[in-house]
Amino acid sequence: MVEYEIKPVAKLGFGVDELWRYRELFYFYTWRDIKVRYKQTFFGFAWAVMQPILMMVLFTFFFGKKLGVPSDSIPYPIFVFTGLLMWNIFSSGLTSASNSIINNAHIIKKIYFPRLIIPLSSVMVTLFDFLMALTIYLVLLFYYGINVNVFEVTGALILALLITALTTFGLGTFLAALNIKYRDFKYVIPYTIQVLLFVSPVIYPVSIVTSAWAKYLLAINPLSGAITLLRSAISDVPPDWNMVIISACCAIVYFIGGVLYFKSSETYFADIV
Amino acid sequence: MFKIHHNAGGYLSLRERLSGLYKLGKNSDEDFWAVKDVTFSVNPGESKAVIGRNGSGKSTLLKILSKITPPTKGKIITRGRMASLLEVGTGFHPELTGRENIFFNGSLLGMKKKEIENKFDEIVDFSGVEKFLDTPLKHYSSGMQLRLAFSVAAFLDSEILVIDEVLAVGDMDFQKKCLDKIETVTKNGRTILFVSHNMAAIRSLCSSVLVLDKGQVRYHGDVAHGIDHYMSISSSFEEQPGVFNLEQHPSKKIKQSGLVEARLIRDGKPNYLFFPGGPFKGEFDFAGMAPDAEVGFRMVIKDSYFQSMVNITNHDLGLRLQANKSGAGTVVFEMDVLPVYGDGTYYIDLQFGDEAKYKDTIENALSFKLEPKDVFGTGKFLNPKINTVYPGKVNINVQ
Repeated sequence: MVEYEIKPVAKLGFGVDELWRYRELFYFYTWRDIKVRYKQTFFGFAWAVMQPILMMVLFTFFFGKKLGVPSDSIPYPIFVFTGLLMWNIFSSGLTSASNSIINNAHIIKKIYFPRLIIPLSSVMVTLFDFLMALTIYLVLLFYYGINVNVFEVTGALILALLITALTTFGLGTFLAALNIKYRDFKYVIPYTIQVLLFVSPVIYPVSIVTSAWAKYLLAINPLSGAITLLRSAISDVPPDWNMVIISACCAIVYFIGGVLYFKSSETYFADIV
Repeated sequence: MFKIHHNAGGYLSLRERLSGLYKLGKNSDEDFWAVKDVTFSVNPGESKAVIGRNGSGKSTLLKILSKITPPTKGKIITRGRMASLLEVGTGFHPELTGRENIFFNGSLLGMKKKEIENKFDEIVDFSGVEKFLDTPLKHYSSGMQLRLAFSVAAFLDSEILVIDEVLAVGDMDFQKKCLDKIETVTKNGRTILFVSHNMAAIRSLCSSVLVLDKGQVRYHGDVAHGIDHYMSISSSFEEQPGVFNLEQHPSKKIKQSGLVEARLIRDGKPNYLFFPGGPFKGEFDFAGMAPDAEVGFRMVIKDSYFQSMVNITNHDLGLRLQANKSGAGTVVFEMDVLPVYGDGTYYIDLQFGDEAKYKDTIENALSFKLEPKDVFGTGKFLNPKINTVYPGKVNINVQ
């Protein structure tokens, strides 16, 4: 028999054991979000692959062809798609995670479950999109005849994905909690994401930054580390490990900070949402 | 099976905090305790009803019990798997099919995937929507959506169930089906905490009652006494029995109802005691209608279990009522024979309307009592414990 005590909140933690007990709900939440996302669209899941392809074509035309942005000896479409792969997880994951609590307000007010499930499942939806885009990426690598070491690429992908996902989830939960208290963030987030696109090496290589300090400053944005790592795996340039390590550490800090802030304010979500 | 000790819930609201910061001169730090010093325990297999007026703290208590809002002080100990139903159909999504919604909603309510799969056919059967199982919910009628929602909830089998007034909706037949289902659940030794205004449902389902008022327990014990106690609190806004005065009414919403003052009249004077089968008269002052508007008037007489005994409008009688030039007037309602019998308190709902539509109902605007009377003039008093219909002249014989 389960004995449970409901008390005023005191301790602060990740609540991993509770999350584990609710793992089935997490599965259903993700499953529902993915279904709902593509349910009413004509192209359905095709959108998940069309969106990065369209962006790749656009960026290749303007930045690669017209402006001649360097691409570390990788064909520009591949170069930019590598960046977009990570960038799309971040931008759409952050947007949906930060609005997720508000969008689920009616459920929060009526039923208890660990609230972390909500932003977590909205990030999972973008990871699903990522898997769709990844298939296109592999086709593109083959099409451009790029020789890669499978182990190297797989390892880089996993590490880059981990860095990006931790960052997205950390910042996403943080913003989701803030968004509930101050709805202003709903308007700030889209602009911040636009700015971040230019601060992240998506359309340009990190190599255009020459000063080591500027590079490390860039690495505070974990996407920089993730994208450079992945790009070096498909080219001859070795990865800048210092950058990757800084990015990975920052990702972990963002993750822990975001989740702790979320946990500290989640108990009052139902009252103020 | 669960215990509550000195449990209290205070609300936190950011907007209030901010406005508190801005309005520096004003002291806005006064604490409001939605529920305070409430201690009770519910034994395994017991079904307890929580009743109270609006704002008495019922909803807060439920929210704390459901873990939606943490208590500021105190604690609750539960032993067993607990599920709470503050609403049916939580998380229903219009784009998803009936099947998909059953799974998501069931999971939200705390059912395991396996459990849902096992009970799936029963749920579908109970809801009666099997033909539309793979149709998106947005194409369902609201009645069908409700039935589906109820059906998922009805198959929850946790040891403790916390139920909010979810049964106050849906068509009568289905409501009854749900009540029956809950009744079988209570008979199966499930522990239930039930919040409702439906006194009839409480009487048939619950074994004890907790009456809340202003966040505190007013009564805790058997059902009949609890309901009496609740009735005595709930009609306390009548300053003078038989007279309803708008100024004294606690609800702000009532200002739009059109009613200004209402009086029950006996022998030409306001009174609250009437005789079964005797004459009944009421005067209802209204205002706020369009000039010379045609007025609609509805009166409902309910017994002390809030079951409606009389429900009549001027349209039913084919009568036209008209407001004066300033949109006001007095409706005089007269009945030769008061068609109810019993010794309990009766409650009156009033509703006004103009050409456009009926306005909000003023619930329990007035109350009156019946004096026991030798109705049939035979020197015998009828059983006063039963609220029933006054049948007029009746003849029974053997031929």
